Amino acid sequence: MVSITLNDLQEGQYGTILDVEGNDALAARLLEMGLIPGEVVEMIGQAPMGDPVEFSVVGYRLSLRRIEARRVRIERT
Amino acid sequence: MANRASSDRPATVALIGNPNTGKSSLFNALCGGQARVGNYPGVTVEHKTARMPLACSTFKSIELVDLPGTYSLSARSADEAVSVEVLCGEMPSVAKPDAVIVILDATNLERNLYLLSQVLELQLPTLVALNMWDRLGKEGMKLDAQKLSESLGVRVVCTSASKRFGIAEVQSALLEILEKANSTDSRGVLERSALASASFPKAFLESVDELEDWFGAQGCPLERFQIERLLIDDSQAHSYRVIPKRISSEVAQRIATTREHLATQGVSIPLFETRARYGWIKQRVVGVVERQVRERRVSTSDRIDRWLTHRWMGLLFFIALMFLIFQSITAFASWPMDGISFGTQWVGQRVEGMMAPGPLRSLLVDGIIAGVGAVLVFLPQIAILFFFIAVLEDCGYMSRAAFMMDKFMSALGMSGKSFLPLMSSFACAIPGIMATRTIENRRDRMVTLLIAPLMSCSARWPVYVLMVSAFVPKQAVLGGWVSVQGAVLFAMMCIGALVAIPVAWLLKRFVFPGAPSTFIMELSSYKWPSFRVVAMRVWERVLSFIARAGSLIFVTSVLVWAAAYFPGDHSLLDQATARLEAEQADPNADEAKTQAWTSQINQLKSDLISKSYLGMAGQWIEPIVRPLGWDGKIGVAVLASFPAREVIVATLGTIYSLGGGQDETSQGLAENLRSATWPDGRPVYNLATACSIMVFFALCAQCVSTLVTIRRETNSWRWPIFSFVYMTTLAYLGAWIVYNLMRFWLDP
Repeated sequence: MVSITLNDLQEGQYGTILDVEGNDALAARLLEMGLIPGEVVEMIGQAPMGDPVEFSVVGYRLSLRRIEARRVRIERT
Repeated sequence: MANRASSDRPATVALIGNPNTGKSSLFNALCGGQARVGNYPGVTVEHKTARMPLACSTFKSIELVDLPGTYSLSARSADEAVSVEVLCGEMPSVAKPDAVIVILDATNLERNLYLLSQVLELQLPTLVALNMWDRLGKEGMKLDAQKLSESLGVRVVCTSASKRFGIAEVQSALLEILEKANSTDSRGVLERSALASASFPKAFLESVDELEDWFGAQGCPLERFQIERLLIDDSQAHSYRVIPKRISSEVAQRIATTREHLATQGVSIPLFETRARYGWIKQRVVGVVERQVRERRVSTSDRIDRWLTHRWMGLLFFIALMFLIFQSITAFASWPMDGISFGTQWVGQRVEGMMAPGPLRSLLVDGIIAGVGAVLVFLPQIAILFFFIAVLEDCGYMSRAAFMMDKFMSALGMSGKSFLPLMSSFACAIPGIMATRTIENRRDRMVTLLIAPLMSCSARWPVYVLMVSAFVPKQAVLGGWVSVQGAVLFAMMCIGALVAIPVAWLLKRFVFPGAPSTFIMELSSYKWPSFRVVAMRVWERVLSFIARAGSLIFVTSVLVWAAAYFPGDHSLLDQATARLEAEQADPNADEAKTQAWTSQINQLKSDLISKSYLGMAGQWIEPIVRPLGWDGKIGVAVLASFPAREVIVATLGTIYSLGGGQDETSQGLAENLRSATWPDGRPVYNLATACSIMVFFALCAQCVSTLVTIRRETNSWRWPIFSFVYMTTLAYLGAWIVYNLMRFWLDP
């Protein structure tokens, strides 16, 4: 399986979280917000100017900038 | 300590939860309209407290403290740090809580349990309110609350706060918990082995033990949770505030060496905590939640979102909405405004009728009633703007606005999260500046905070409305659809925001260079705004505005009155006024005689005011403000409005009320301004002067409360001084440019 990130999802596509890269406060924040390995994420849409991106994760809608979405490794489902 | 006989003291109960879980609704439902809004001393994080209408056998009364909505207790932002301090009893104004209510969103249990797992570490008696219970079915979910309560070891109550379901159960469960906390040794809290921290790496727990002993030996005992925060969170984070200065450098040293030691033991800070907590959560929710439909249905909220965040439609809707809001403020506010100004005049006339002319009557009528009344008139507009903000926030649109604006804002060194503070600043910069504390990144926060006072706050409206109604023609253009007055008001509203764009860019480029920030934000589902929540917010803002009118503006009005009244001798004027009033009371009064008295009174008044302290200051300041098209009176009024912008209206009201130029048919301040003249008879005010004054006020920093708030939020005098200097320079330059352009345009 080729490793992709949340940033690679198109509108309406799903992915399963493998891992959050890095070991810093940003990584901890992403985990706190529910981006836990094993959860399924759907890309809902993007803001009018292409960034940030809206995702559906653990039952709520989360907005991430593309640079943050790149930190979350997923596999397609 | 907790077992002391305590029926003589009130119990403190803290309410905490993730944002968008219905915490405000639960707070209102538990306390009714009893809430008091205040600030935690030294940190300006707003907090609400209220006495619960509940009789408790073990405590005198129950105080409920509403903590800021937060996803975790890691002390990364000021909000979170405050929550930890309140829960640990370190906040001077709040007693250590006797119990905690944690509100969880039942439809999003796992993420919400993260905060609970941290709160439980504090080992306080805890009650879980499982909110949004009514929405579980719609989401295709089933939840076994009994099982959850058993696996957590905590009392769980199901609620739907917005529908007032389960409130009585929360109250009775809370009473039981408080009684138990007071009577038993265990206080009904979990054993340490049942907490998520039990699964932290052994090396980490040992380090915490060591530090706990060390802090105790230093005479500064900290709770285990606080020590864990020190070790896990960034060193610049707020957890250091609780440490006394005398040992702070030693603490920093110890924390650094402990972290190094832990790194060699393979403990990866900060991620091990998040992993351990989610491990704990996974175990607790086994068999508790059942999702019937695994597939996500497209919800109504998503369908709305598709339109409202659409590339073109979304932006169009956003602009149309902002325009609609500002238009309706001018439309709806006029009726109550007329009422208030009529009321003020009526009160003034009543007082005049009851007293003989003299200094006291002048103080009451010209100073206090004219000054405070001129400001209170704008209450309806402020209430309407805050109403719209509260509705947008409560229905979930505000976070979409942030989402859409993020790219643009980040180009200016801010983030989408800056949108709400800036939008609030259109009502008042103070809540706006305080709202910047939700922005974690320091650069984003500082840039937002420094440009927030440029947004056209409601204190500027009095100035705009006065100038526009007096000097901008009442015409409609474009086929009668757009009024010129409305368009000028709208332009004034925008000018600060437009100037803020290059200012923000310069600040980002030269003052706060640094790495880009993050934008991790929940987009809550759209919902109908709750009437109670909206009403509460508007009411709080209105009260604080009235409090300002009653204190700051009252005092300034009196001072300005005194400066304009003294040191002249008013005995001649008082005699003349008494004669005139006697004349007017006579039904057979001679018209010509009344006229003569009136003009003599006006002459006396204007002589007296030009010889007063204020008049002298005016002569001194005139050369400085002449390039802006102002006379000394305007200059003085601007100086006197340093405490707050809207004071200029009160000051002008006082100056012209004292200074004459008005007769009995006067229609108030606007009329007085139109009839004011230079010594050579030319009118002082024209459209160019009015625009120059408006632009000055659009850009200046004439607001002590704002400057003090910046001082408190940045903990340094540097930034308020910086704000004042840069904004005043901009204001003077802007006013000069506009005055000269307008003069050229009106009279080439």
